[in-house]
Amino acid sequence: MRNILLLALKSLRNRKFTVCLTIISIGLSVALLLGVERIRTESRNSFTNTISGTDLIVGARSGPIQLLLYSVFHIGYATNNISWQSYQDIAGLPSVSWSIPISLGDSHRGYRVMGTSADYFSHFRHGNKQRLHCAKGVPFKDLYEAVLGAEVARKLGYGLGKSIVLSHGAGEVSFVKHDDKPFRVVGIMAPTGTPVDQTIHVNLESIEAIHVDWKEGSPVAGMRISADHARRLKLTPKAITAFLVKLQSPIATFKVQRTINQYKEEPLTAILPGVALQQLWQLVGVAEKALVAVSAFVVVVGLFGMLTALMTSLNERRREMAILRSVGARPVHVFSLIIGEAILVTTLGIIAGSVLLYGLMVIAQPLMIEHFGLHINISFFSSYELLLIGIVQFAGIAAGVVPGWKIYRYSLNDGMTIKT
Amino acid sequence: MIDESTVQNSKIMSKRTEPVIDIAGLRFTWHKCLSPVLEIEHFRVEPGELLFIMGPSGSGKSTLLGILTGILVPQHGEVRVLEQRLSQLKGTARDRFRADNIGYIFQMFNLIPYLSVIENVILPCQFSSFRRTKIQLQGSSPRDEALRLLAHLNLKEPELLDKPVIELSVGQQQRVAAARALIGSPALIIADEPTSSLDTEHRESFLSLLFDECTRSGATLVFVSHDTSLVSFFDRVVEFRKINMASKISGGASA
Repeated sequence: MRNILLLALKSLRNRKFTVCLTIISIGLSVALLLGVERIRTESRNSFTNTISGTDLIVGARSGPIQLLLYSVFHIGYATNNISWQSYQDIAGLPSVSWSIPISLGDSHRGYRVMGTSADYFSHFRHGNKQRLHCAKGVPFKDLYEAVLGAEVARKLGYGLGKSIVLSHGAGEVSFVKHDDKPFRVVGIMAPTGTPVDQTIHVNLESIEAIHVDWKEGSPVAGMRISADHARRLKLTPKAITAFLVKLQSPIATFKVQRTINQYKEEPLTAILPGVALQQLWQLVGVAEKALVAVSAFVVVVGLFGMLTALMTSLNERRREMAILRSVGARPVHVFSLIIGEAILVTTLGIIAGSVLLYGLMVIAQPLMIEHFGLHINISFFSSYELLLIGIVQFAGIAAGVVPGWKIYRYSLNDGMTIKT
Repeated sequence: MIDESTVQNSKIMSKRTEPVIDIAGLRFTWHKCLSPVLEIEHFRVEPGELLFIMGPSGSGKSTLLGILTGILVPQHGEVRVLEQRLSQLKGTARDRFRADNIGYIFQMFNLIPYLSVIENVILPCQFSSFRRTKIQLQGSSPRDEALRLLAHLNLKEPELLDKPVIELSVGQQQRVAAARALIGSPALIIADEPTSSLDTEHRESFLSLLFDECTRSGATLVFVSHDTSLVSFFDRVVEFRKINMASKISGGASA
């Protein structure tokens, strides 16, 4: 059998050009399949780790997905606000380690503005417990300072020192602007691959300051409080949109969640971000399944290419098979020769595809982090990826059975006469 | 099958008295509904003979060769080759028997295009440990034996041996094929119109080289052709239509 495999190798070498094309097409399809699989895994990991190191997200009474969407992804609107007093109460619970208030409702050219505290920069985690940090500049300190997410800065072309005006409401186009109290960009964050990249961060008090002369969602007629004047006022917010909670011990999570959900003063909802993110992924994850299906079909197409190449070569190879039969090859040898070629081509295709995949990953890794904040792990194949490779290899062997069987029949019938 | 006594047998082939081929009451049909293409009552080939079977194309010669090599199995009759009743052997055993005992030369395109000249010649040794062992017992290796045979067949220029086989002339290809048939000294050499693609001059030189090598190794040669001009070279000539009693000649196989 070793001889037959050697024979298969020499036969392939003789048809270098077409064989190389077949190997390349299988290699490309394998690289695509594994690449899609890896990006899928990484983006799922990245998605389900959009927020990490937080035990509970608390907002006004609503469904968990809705709360997750507006508090973390800044999509949609809160049903209601939380009073500052309630926040203080819960943040003051002995089992709470830290809490980060979030106040939403304003925007700048379509990007949401989030009022929060300085704790946000020290406590917030995403991905694999990664913390936020400024690629340029520093976190906000002053009342009229803003820190931009990576995408905001890149898309709008803003640098440090840029003066920006916030708009009331979250729409792309807003007619009501807080142009009396402009903000200065003091920091630009490193990409995270999370909604943080699309957010403008300011002090919680700043949100209060720009609304100090507002009432019921519109400026109070005839009342103008200048930016400097606002500094001297008491800017403790009356309400916030949501807040993040980290507990002393995660064991207490369900107990605290129940406490919050049964809070007497106002109706609140506390959710476990991990659970809610998983639920949300199941909704948006349909697309990734389609992607995997498409790349699997590409592999099938690649293998069909090999099958076609083998089948078309069969007729011209009947003479070769007759010669082999004349020197004593059994029909099973002839069958193995074709199967051996299919195995070799598939194996070489898989190797080529893997080399291509890792080459691309090495090139793409820094670009993916820079542009999408997506960290691609260059590790050895996972067991699932190995399973995929095994399936491809098996399918390659199966594809070889068809021409192998055909040539087996030929060599039984033709014997050593060659019908040409 | 592969044992010392058989090796000894083949060495003293010329002294053997039992026929190399012994056919009795053979009938072969390609399909049940078709009339037989072969009907041979008695046919014998003695050891060391250089036999010429003459007959036109489509007369069933190739079918007979298929039966002698154990690729085809007749419906009736008994075929003994080298005292082995082929009908008693199973498919794989027949394949092994062929690998061990028969050298075969085709009409043309005898060589595997992706193998070198040497690799083509030693191909039978890949499938027959018997032939490989025989060479080793003579204190040689398949490669050296291939070189020796090629040299005897006037193929010794190193640049010729390094060429891709498809670049060799037809005459050179046929001589490489002869070397492949002869390697490991099989007792029976079967040649199916091996000279039909050669011109007259090459035809004669090819025949004399083939005869020399067969005589040297003591092999029996069964040479099939429609070319009557070759008759004078052979010990014994058999007209195929005289041994094949099949009433209707139907073209089951070409050549």
